[in-house]
Amino acid sequence: MRDAVDGPVKTGPSGSAPTTSGTRTAYPLYVAGKLGGAAVSLLAVLVTSFFLFRIIPGDPVKAMTHGVPTSAEQLATLRKQFGLDLPLWQQFTDYCGRALTGDLGTSYQFHAPVGELIAEKLPATLLLTGTAVLIYSALGLWLGTRSAWRNGSLSDRVNTGVALTLWSVPSFWLGLLLIIVFSVGIGPVPGMFPTGGMESGDSSGFGYVLDVAHHMVLPVATLVAVGYAQTLLVMRSSLLDEMGGDYLTTARAKGLRDDLVRRRHAVPNALLPTVTMVFINLGHVAAGSILVETVFSWPGLGGLFYQALSVPDLPLVQGLFVVFAGAMILMNLLADLLYPLLDPRVGR
Amino acid sequence: MTLEKTPPASADPSSPSASSLAWARRRGSVARFWKEYRTHRAGLLGLAGLAFIALIALFAPLLVGGDVQSVTNAPGTALEKPSGEFPLGTDQFGRSLLGLLIWGARISLTVGLLAAALSVAIGTLVGVIAGHYGGWFATVVMRITDWFLVMPTLVLAIVLATVMSRSIWTVILAIGVTSWPTTARLVRAQTIAVESRPYIERARALGGGHGHIMTRHVLPNVMPLVLAQTTLGISSAILTEATLAFLGLGDPLIISWGGMLQDAREAGAVSSGHWWYLAPPGIAIAFVALAFTLCGRAIEAVLNPKLGVAR
Repeated sequence: MRDAVDGPVKTGPSGSAPTTSGTRTAYPLYVAGKLGGAAVSLLAVLVTSFFLFRIIPGDPVKAMTHGVPTSAEQLATLRKQFGLDLPLWQQFTDYCGRALTGDLGTSYQFHAPVGELIAEKLPATLLLTGTAVLIYSALGLWLGTRSAWRNGSLSDRVNTGVALTLWSVPSFWLGLLLIIVFSVGIGPVPGMFPTGGMESGDSSGFGYVLDVAHHMVLPVATLVAVGYAQTLLVMRSSLLDEMGGDYLTTARAKGLRDDLVRRRHAVPNALLPTVTMVFINLGHVAAGSILVETVFSWPGLGGLFYQALSVPDLPLVQGLFVVFAGAMILMNLLADLLYPLLDPRVGR
Repeated sequence: MTLEKTPPASADPSSPSASSLAWARRRGSVARFWKEYRTHRAGLLGLAGLAFIALIALFAPLLVGGDVQSVTNAPGTALEKPSGEFPLGTDQFGRSLLGLLIWGARISLTVGLLAAALSVAIGTLVGVIAGHYGGWFATVVMRITDWFLVMPTLVLAIVLATVMSRSIWTVILAIGVTSWPTTARLVRAQTIAVESRPYIERARALGGGHGHIMTRHVLPNVMPLVLAQTTLGISSAILTEATLAFLGLGDPLIISWGGMLQDAREAGAVSSGHWWYLAPPGIAIAFVALAFTLCGRAIEAVLNPKLGVAR
């Protein structure tokens, strides 16, 4: 789910106000604090993922056998094999111990290590969401800057209006609509793009790259369309905050061209909250692409999560949950660590 | 972030009474608020859109009749194209899509309003209490809030909706309990700002307890912020509801816009190019979400003119 898009990011990246006390030497301390916080969060995620998914109804062992008639004895053996006969607390300590060594268990439905399954699907998700975040951040920054610089003008209003409208659109619906228009084709529009998947499977080398790019157009367009509003609005309001600054008047008084005042003076300062935003978005998208991946049958983590949930394939769901939450923790941490380096006014 | 403040009502017991003064003051700030709000064209547009949808939802039984959801005595044949009788065509059971669309407004609005109310209520409670008491208690509470903030909300909501029984209350609960941390953070910051003002010290000196200060002094001052958060929260709650319904996690017996999209996909509307089946529910969702967002932004702009929202 997306958070409210409005208003500048007034606090630190994870929402916490960065520590303001101390001098330059305080940075290592600041880093240590943030690292500790991230470790605690990760532990909390492990605990949550374990207990949350124990309450999913349905007997995992029955699901594993896919309705094939199995004797009670065989079921018991399976339970033993997956450690499901142990008391809950013992399952939990086993789970934590293994998770810390990177072993996330074995998937019930694919009979393969969860870590391997995730590693196999990760590149596809990274490719799709990474491309989308890069494009919509750049687009949001550019349009947001233009909007704020001409605050209240017709182009500002059109820009903000279009962005807010697209932001209100459900991503899966936009994806389906794009498929109908550009893949299936209606009226005079021919089907130009594939309906789903990542490759056609009959090309190699440079042709393969082009093929994947061809498959990426529609899903990336969907993610960009529903996502760029947030960057635009944050950039716009943080630039508006800067625009009253005396240093801009000084810069203008020196006789700098309007364009230079904007690019060299105002934008770098306004960029800071937006950079935080980009990191937080990067953390969000892995989980946020569940819908788009499902609609476009993209072979990534989001689709895998949906598949795992319907079984329910406990170890896989747990593993993916840890990965999704871990991505957010990692990106928040990176933003926290970068922020004081980019802006000497905070965190030192 | 607060409205322009008039001095607190004096404790003078003589005429006019303290409460009538307080009411006069409240009426005054509402009037000032509306005067400001009126100047935001986008906000008025959003408000008009909301009124339109609310009327449709309210009078849906009169507009389309109560049996629009019935599969057994559906008026048309399956998957008809738009025609005079069925302006938007029919679904795979032969039901009128226009009727379903109108009926779906009720669910979207109900779920959106209730889920946002639940989320904002939790957030406000946590924020005010953490901001008021401070100390280790606040640290623990905010740590829990942070922990909820890093949880992937949609994933958590999907899991909750999977775990619990399929009903509209499950969806409301799943959205409500996963989306409160942003509000909690904002409200806590505002509470701390309010409590540093001299009149809180005065209230304390006069013997006001924790409960009195929180409900009589802090709460009215964070209310405008809470209102803005609620309005913005409703639009994301409506989007999440549609998402959950689309994933088949909603109540299968209730008509909702997200559920209609799921039906459309299952009926093969995508591969056969039946855009008239797919387009209207999505447009309706976007329309309502946009209307709430416009109102929320206008409210925020009134409270904090520095945001520079175009009028």
